[in-house]
Amino acid sequence: MSNVSKVPGDLRYTREHEWARQEGGRVRVGITAFAQEQLGDVVFVELPKVGATVTAHKPFGVVESVKAVSDLFAPVSGEIVEVNAELGQKPETVNADPYGKGWMLVIAPADATQWNDLLTAAQYEAFLAQGAH
Amino acid sequence: MRYLPNTAQNQRAMLETIGARGIEDLLVKIPAKARLSRPLALPPALAETELVRHLRGLAAQNADAESAVCFLGAGAYDHYVPSPINHLILRGEFFTAYTPYQPEASQGTLRTIYEYQTMIAELTGMDVANASIYDGASSLAEAVLMAHAVTSRNEIVLAGGVNPLYRRVVETYVDGAGLRLREGPSPEGVLDLDAARRVVGAKTAALVVQSPNFYGCLEDVAAAAEVAHAAGALLVVVSDPVNLGVLEAPGRQGADIVVGEGQGLGVPLSFGGPYLGVFAAKQEFVRRMPGRLVGATVDLDAARGFALTLQTREQHIRRAKATSNICTNVALCALMATIYLATLGRQGLVRVGELSTAKAHYAAERLAAVPGVSLRFAQPFFKEFTLRLPKSPERVVARLARQHILAGLPLKALDRKHGDCLLVAVTEQRTKDEIDAFAGALAKAVA
Repeated sequence: MSNVSKVPGDLRYTREHEWARQEGGRVRVGITAFAQEQLGDVVFVELPKVGATVTAHKPFGVVESVKAVSDLFAPVSGEIVEVNAELGQKPETVNADPYGKGWMLVIAPADATQWNDLLTAAQYEAFLAQGAH
Repeated sequence: MRYLPNTAQNQRAMLETIGARGIEDLLVKIPAKARLSRPLALPPALAETELVRHLRGLAAQNADAESAVCFLGAGAYDHYVPSPINHLILRGEFFTAYTPYQPEASQGTLRTIYEYQTMIAELTGMDVANASIYDGASSLAEAVLMAHAVTSRNEIVLAGGVNPLYRRVVETYVDGAGLRLREGPSPEGVLDLDAARRVVGAKTAALVVQSPNFYGCLEDVAAAAEVAHAAGALLVVVSDPVNLGVLEAPGRQGADIVVGEGQGLGVPLSFGGPYLGVFAAKQEFVRRMPGRLVGATVDLDAARGFALTLQTREQHIRRAKATSNICTNVALCALMATIYLATLGRQGLVRVGELSTAKAHYAAERLAAVPGVSLRFAQPFFKEFTLRLPKSPERVVARLARQHILAGLPLKALDRKHGDCLLVAVTEQRTKDEIDAFAGALAKAVA
């Protein structure tokens, strides 16, 4: 657990290692530094189209590294209003900048209360410290 | 392949090592009632000369395309198999039931598969072809599942001209996936496009057309593509690649996935298999493709090499969410196709198509001139056509078989509503004399 320090305090998290950022009523989503480290070199990210709907705790896409494939899970339910098209050409951005340019989606949440169900940074750090993944 | 002896002494040593008293000890887990308690009741062993004579006698009871004049088609065709194919596939490096995929040991095999994929992609007009699937029917079933995965839609519309045997395989495949199959009406032998527009809709994952279709008729593939794409569905085209030296590539007519039976590309009829499942798609769908893919790459010294690629689609990595359960290909049959295409070259493949279609049209003219016999559909066809007979097609076929003519396939068993029809195929191998003899024998049989 070398990278607990990389968990930004202003984000919320899922137990599947996605992060969520509140941006004026919308929620930006990506995967955590821990997740991209575990995956290794990301070679492909499969994302839904703008206008699709996602459901909290259900898969919305797939991230593929050289030797593994993992589902991506939606932190909250809602409609997709933005997708990071740059990942199509540069999937390695997920490794290089997981909390910044490596973002994946922006969701217009259907239910604002779901935000409160997400892990806080402290809870996610504790979750990682337990060695759970 | 290394030879491993298995003498009585070897067996004793192995049994001792694992602490078993005899071979019987290894079988105790099998319930006694499921085991034979006496020796097999076999006749005494034949001498080799006797055995060969016996087997030749059995084989002589088959009517095959060597001993009879073959007008059978319906998915498997009597195209000529050039002799280099047999010479090359029998080489020890290729002639194995196991496909060696390890790049460090198998550059030759991987290269032939890469060349196969390249040729199929070019013939079908698609961006990418896989290393092959079992046969035409399983290729179509995989294409249907792929269209479902790409579109997240649950209905598949199969044109009425899709091979009924393929339809059955598709039915089996989609049962577990919970997909609904619908028929694209084809009352005049080809897909009725207006009717198709009413059936293909917002729930349709794919429209499937076969061209030339099961009855031999050429479909309007470009129009079918418009119908599919207008509804946001994919167009899957079933195509016989040996025809594509002459016919337009489905990829240039709007196909999203092209599948088909590649048997005509130098794979012998062999009484039904093993055959060659062709599978090609647009680049945008490559990560949803089933089966193995060989890619070209460079090694540490910048030398060109070949390796399996995009394996994250496959079961050993993606587990339950793999694009398909197929983790292999028919490498030897794909090799036959590769050698076939390399042997014939561009001009040779065009000649095979031109000769087949010219002879088929001559045969259709001769046969339809027999009193009482007519072409069932007034549609353009390529190397196969459907005849309506005034007498039972089954009886006509049996009678002509005694004259060493395999007249074609009576449709009744596969397609009840065309019970009075016979499906006839003509390849470049048929001669004018053979076709004339067929017409003469048919005239007598239906008189």
